[in-house]
Amino acid sequence: MKRRDFIYLTGLGASGAALLSGIPGMGNPIPPERALEIVDVALKKQLADVALNAARSKGATYTDVRIGRYLNQFVVTREDKVQNIVNTESYGLGIRVIANGGWGFVATDKLDKDSIAKAAETAVAIAKENSRLLTEPVRLAPQKGYGEVSWKAPIQKNAFEVPIKEKVDLLLGVNDAAMKAGANYITSLLFLINEQKYFASTDGSYIDQDIHRIWPAFFITKIDTATGKFEQRNTLSAPMGMGYEYLDVRPQDKIQSVTTLYKGRYDMLEDAKAGGAQAGEKLKAKSVEPGKYDLILDPSHLWLTIHESVGHPTELDRVLGYEANFAGTSFLTLDKWETKKFNFGSKIVNFVADKTQVSSLGAVGYDDEGVACGKWDLIKDGILVDYQVIRDQAHILGLNASRGCCYADNWSSVQFQRMPNVSLQPGKQKKSIDDMIKGVEKGIYIIGDGSFSIDQQRYNFQFGGQLFYEIKNGKIVGMLKDVAYQANSQEFWNSCVEIADESDYRLGGAFGDGKGQPPQSNSVSHGSSTARFNGVNVINTSRNIG
Amino acid sequence: MATILTKDEAQALLKKVLSYSKADECEVNLNGTDSANIRYARNSVSTSGKISQSQLIVSSAFGKKQGVATINEFDDASLEKVVRRSEELARLAPENPEFVSYLGPQTYAESKTFVNATAEITPKLRSDLVAASLEVAKVGKAVAAGFLEDNTGFTAMMNSKGLFAYNTSTNTNFSVTVRTQDGKGSGYATRGYNDVTKLDTKTATQIATEKALKSADAKGIEPGKYTVILEPAAVAVLLENIFFRLDARQADEGRSFLSKAGGGTRLGEKLVDERVNIYSDPLNPELPTSTWNGDGRPQEKISWIEKGVIKNLSYSRYWAEKKGVKAVPGPDAAIMEGGTKSLAELIAGTKKGVLVTRLWYIRDVDPQTLLLTGLTRDGTFYIENGKIQYPIKNFRFNESPIIMLNNLEEMGKVERTVSVESNQNYLLPPLKIRDFTFSSLSDAV
Repeated sequence: MKRRDFIYLTGLGASGAALLSGIPGMGNPIPPERALEIVDVALKKQLADVALNAARSKGATYTDVRIGRYLNQFVVTREDKVQNIVNTESYGLGIRVIANGGWGFVATDKLDKDSIAKAAETAVAIAKENSRLLTEPVRLAPQKGYGEVSWKAPIQKNAFEVPIKEKVDLLLGVNDAAMKAGANYITSLLFLINEQKYFASTDGSYIDQDIHRIWPAFFITKIDTATGKFEQRNTLSAPMGMGYEYLDVRPQDKIQSVTTLYKGRYDMLEDAKAGGAQAGEKLKAKSVEPGKYDLILDPSHLWLTIHESVGHPTELDRVLGYEANFAGTSFLTLDKWETKKFNFGSKIVNFVADKTQVSSLGAVGYDDEGVACGKWDLIKDGILVDYQVIRDQAHILGLNASRGCCYADNWSSVQFQRMPNVSLQPGKQKKSIDDMIKGVEKGIYIIGDGSFSIDQQRYNFQFGGQLFYEIKNGKIVGMLKDVAYQANSQEFWNSCVEIADESDYRLGGAFGDGKGQPPQSNSVSHGSSTARFNGVNVINTSRNIG
Repeated sequence: MATILTKDEAQALLKKVLSYSKADECEVNLNGTDSANIRYARNSVSTSGKISQSQLIVSSAFGKKQGVATINEFDDASLEKVVRRSEELARLAPENPEFVSYLGPQTYAESKTFVNATAEITPKLRSDLVAASLEVAKVGKAVAAGFLEDNTGFTAMMNSKGLFAYNTSTNTNFSVTVRTQDGKGSGYATRGYNDVTKLDTKTATQIATEKALKSADAKGIEPGKYTVILEPAAVAVLLENIFFRLDARQADEGRSFLSKAGGGTRLGEKLVDERVNIYSDPLNPELPTSTWNGDGRPQEKISWIEKGVIKNLSYSRYWAEKKGVKAVPGPDAAIMEGGTKSLAELIAGTKKGVLVTRLWYIRDVDPQTLLLTGLTRDGTFYIENGKIQYPIKNFRFNESPIIMLNNLEEMGKVERTVSVESNQNYLLPPLKIRDFTFSSLSDAV
């Protein structure tokens, strides 16, 4: 489903289009009870075997089949009304083969045995037709078959089982809290995902997986009619690989700072109330004086900087040039990795890739080419040590196994290298947010994600945020607006001088990480504790259009 | 069932679906798509695929309560089941005060979006088009990465008020990035057509290769305000932020660049240079689009900016009813009138300036002023005394397309181009703009 179809279905209209920065591929609307039906695993194995056998008989040397049922639910409200409630389902099958040394892929939603066999034959024919355009045959890292296995996300409360009324009541309560606190407009939504994925390959794996994700969000606008100015304050929630328990509030999951910050659970009502008031404060805030500042970046903000400046440049497909025509390449070239000395960041900077982290968006048991998932270092003590890798790339790094980073956003999309969770490891010494603010003479404390942009090799970036607080001589002195910072990735991570301890560690993330042609969306989390960066260039973004 | 249904087949199927309806109102949308693509990189094919899918969406309403359900099975039992499901959902749904009764019968112009040659494209033709592109890069001792895709699809809708609409369309999009072997130079070209016979992957790749070779070893020059010549692909990603934000409700509510201090909108006000004329026209032969939109409203030729004045805003049916105006749908594609000069002539008439091939990673910085940020990419050159002097390093910009259209110097000849951000096609001229704000340098090639 295209973005415009999503906007049409959810009734979000032009405001929604502007508010939602990215959304994954979506399927057909269905009634809610359909989401609770499960497709029998024996049937999926039968269908998969039809495809595996048909492709083999036409000359494929490797085949994998993914049968996917992708379920979404959207509940969208604005102010005092429900805009739309939509359940969508997308069910179908994708077949990927190697024939004559090259890849071929066909996807179909016609799941009778003849259609599947025909699709498998077409995939082989495409691979053969295009093999004349190959410079070298595909080399797959060896992968043992796991037999018939399964993996389920460890959720406590399936969000699809929660009655619609409970969800509507929550969102209308959220809207009411924001309006009472001074908001002029609010759009709030719950976006739920359940991926039921079945994978089978000629290596002998039959893998059944059940994945759940949730994103509660709101977007507040406050207007000063007299001046015609307006400000927005977006939710501080993170999309999570969790069930509805993400919205069960517990006091131990809150961190008290200049506003309440959330760790593992989210108090949507409280955040909306704070947001309504803060949107008004933003209108009256001081416009930032451009210049160099020390930045204290909250995990609700820093996840996006990590995503763009660390997650993307360590993708091996970008490094090798496979994304040159669209997402771009990477400054973290193989020669830098080979030296084992490339100084990506300061000594306290450690990034770990992890496809197993509980409650994260990227957590699965096996990737979309049948590789069991794990955890590994990307940046160790500031040095580039590894990349994100799939089976047909492993040999380039001298590895004899994939790192398990293969993902397709739908049965209809071909799987390729996608980002695992990439997270900044917390500081080893005990340190709180307050401790860090105390040490700053001239700085800005930034909470929440905002505008973001980075070049195609991931050197030069610019980020905004939701809330900006001026720090003078160790104290927060007031709110700022019109703030964005610009930096070079390597310089920025080398300016990282302090990271709060593990007690402050939180996950941020996105449903809509885009890459590939045709574009696909990936869901990925990025964890960190609050971190300090010295001497970063801050610009003022206010303009006048008459 | 075939993926692409004829008008008669679609009409018969939709009638059957509606015959099962027991709701106050029922509306059914039906679509099917066959698409195929080849992706290549490092001078070699990487992935290729073929995808076919169909869907049927049934919306049922009881009063102001609506339910939506869909299915991709088309036997009689499935069709009845999906209608019943949408009715069950409608009964469970809360009342939506903004629900508007479905539209009655409409008259639509015959669209020009379908071209048989594209619908009949073969795997061999796709492969040949890519082979032609790869050959150019190899001869130039450069490295190509590109993407070729084609789609054939139909959409149809019918409702209990008697509305019926049907359309078929084809399109093909091609883009290629060519890099020098040492990675010091990079060039880009993109093309989009409804008719695949117009697609010349060889010439496009020659342009990208030439840009790659000429852009190697770029010099860094100071960021600041420069006169720029933006090629159509760069114009597209900036101006579409205006096209996407013509919504009247946002403006009326005070949260758009089209909102006015003290309340009201800037409809009828001159916002940009008086030479700027922007409109949409579904029947334009160079850029045909569907003659109806998703809720069945006709898409007609409409002016959005005329002589620099905001001429029309787009409306949802709800907001139009509330405001008592015509419910003009937003544009499916946009056209900006241009001038008579070629890109080369624009360059020849420039004393000092920067030629921008492409802009990348465009994001909102401030919706109030439509301030955008992003970077130049794949061919940025310094112009002096009417000639390209040398390649320069890429810049980050912070600029509003509204400010930019006030700083208009000259417009070149209009051509069809593709937005790398939205994949939408447009008819746009290259633009010469003064005082375009580059705020920092990027090392990216």
